[in-house]
Amino acid sequence: MDLVTFGVQLLNAVQYGLVLFLVASGLTLVFGILGVINLAHGAFYMLGAYTAFWLAAATGSFWIALVGGVAIAFVVGMLMEDVFVRRLYGRDHLAQVLLSFALILILDEVRLHLFGKDVHSVAPPDFLQGSIQLTDTLSYPVYRLAVCLFCLLVALAIFAVLRWTKIGMVVRAGAENREMVRALGISFDRVSRYVFAVGIALAALAGIVVAPISTVYPGMGDGMLILSFVVVVLGGIGSVAGAAIGALAVGLTDTFGKVFFPAFSSVSVYLVMALILLWRPNGILGRREV
Amino acid sequence: MTALLATERLEAFYGASQILHGIDLAIAPGETVALVGRNGMGKTTLLRSLMGLVPTRRGRVAWRGRDIVAAKPEDMARAGIAFVPEGRGIFGSLDVVENLVMAARPRRDGRPGWNLERVFALFPRLRERRRNGGHQLSGGEQQMLTIGRALMTNPDLVLVDEATEGLAPMVAQAIWRTLAAIRQDGIATLVVDKDVASLSGFADRILIMVKGEIVWSGTPAALRAEPAILDRHLGV
Ligand SMILES: Nc1ncnc2c1ncn2[C@@H]1O[C@H](COP(=O)(O)OP(=O)(O)O)[C@@H](O)[C@H]1O
Ligand SMILES: [Mg+2]
Repeated sequence: MDLVTFGVQLLNAVQYGLVLFLVASGLTLVFGILGVINLAHGAFYMLGAYTAFWLAAATGSFWIALVGGVAIAFVVGMLMEDVFVRRLYGRDHLAQVLLSFALILILDEVRLHLFGKDVHSVAPPDFLQGSIQLTDTLSYPVYRLAVCLFCLLVALAIFAVLRWTKIGMVVRAGAENREMVRALGISFDRVSRYVFAVGIALAALAGIVVAPISTVYPGMGDGMLILSFVVVVLGGIGSVAGAAIGALAVGLTDTFGKVFFPAFSSVSVYLVMALILLWRPNGILGRREV
Repeated sequence: MTALLATERLEAFYGASQILHGIDLAIAPGETVALVGRNGMGKTTLLRSLMGLVPTRRGRVAWRGRDIVAAKPEDMARAGIAFVPEGRGIFGSLDVVENLVMAARPRRDGRPGWNLERVFALFPRLRERRRNGGHQLSGGEQQMLTIGRALMTNPDLVLVDEATEGLAPMVAQAIWRTLAAIRQDGIATLVVDKDVASLSGFADRILIMVKGEIVWSGTPAALRAEPAILDRHLGV
């Protein structure tokens, strides 16, 4: 493999990892802070993509689709927390798995009624169309580069909020020891709602930005959910920094696994996960016994 | 004078097993109360149920004469109780300043109270370590941080579990001096520790707990006058 091809694959891997991070960061926070296993997280990735398709078709603007899709997801996330998820706090994992699995079925039905079951494509914004010519035979789509950059900015924004705001402090502390945070007089009622809604909005955002790259199709959330759980476990439950490392690891493994070991491409990610967990049973940045 | 905190027939359970069997307790404003007893007698459970951290509890708990029904830990904290738990419970991924700042709460009467500067003046060591992560601190520094964090909430009562457990004697001395300083500030404390001699040095009252009941209560002087009591309930 020459250097240019390698560079292209590396970009693909990073882009995939960054999108995965947007989905997994919400999942790890909801798991780590609210103590809820949300199997329906992937469904919001799918719904985000469908909402974007619908908004883009209706308005002709990718930007309206992006902003509108995220805003709708955030509001839906707030409502879901209030109506459903709130009831799961402190419940055992069986109750959580049952309810969130039911949510997958319900959300899928909602998708069927609102958007149908067709596969769609979404056009990227005009100025991000086209490709950069790298060599005579190789080119790289501008939109994929833009996705890399955009996801990177969103990731940095997430870290900035966690690092420098009061709510970020509470979220980090809550991932470690929720009981102690409450004993300091800080209620999780509001924090939980925002964390859940932001997690949902990020999953939808990921679905929206990949819509022009992949296609929009009914089962697109399922694979994403499984890989996100791999990322969460790899990084350490509740650790957003861990999720970033885990997501890049999965992106690199998946992309280069397909290139170098095509025969193992479907299991390479899980092999790497097993090896990392043998080395660090609580995940790369995980500290707690889980 | 109404007690700051009072309990009547307080009972607590973990699942089906009853741990506290009717605790009657009253702590006056500014009073320093020591709680001692062998391992597994229910001291931690008492502190945790006062903090609202034990889900199943029965009996009466009153704060400043008002009954507290089904209090959540955040309600107890806002009412003015701070908790220094066994094992300290500092946030390892937050640095020293963050651990303190996130707990900050103004005094309920609006007067100037504890803040970052005052905590650093009490624990100069924490100022030196201000940008270190919680997980980089030694056991003694962690305990200073936990006490400092409790003070940042400007409490009227601090519950301290196993104040000096696992600390070197020099460090333990520093913690005792700190608790004495808190006492000077008019904050009531309920302190659990194994070191009865040090507790006797500054506590107003000592409680001995056996199997979820307070079996003896009195001043340090009264306890010194009856060495048999200590032997019976704390000796090994
Ligand atoms: N989370 C728990 N679940 C069940 N039993 C517990 C739990 N925590 C403590 N206990 C039991 O409650 C009793 C009192 O424990 P504890 O309050 O920790 O005592 P102490 O602090 O005096 O050592 C012990 O018998 C202990 O085994
Ligand atoms: Mg104890």
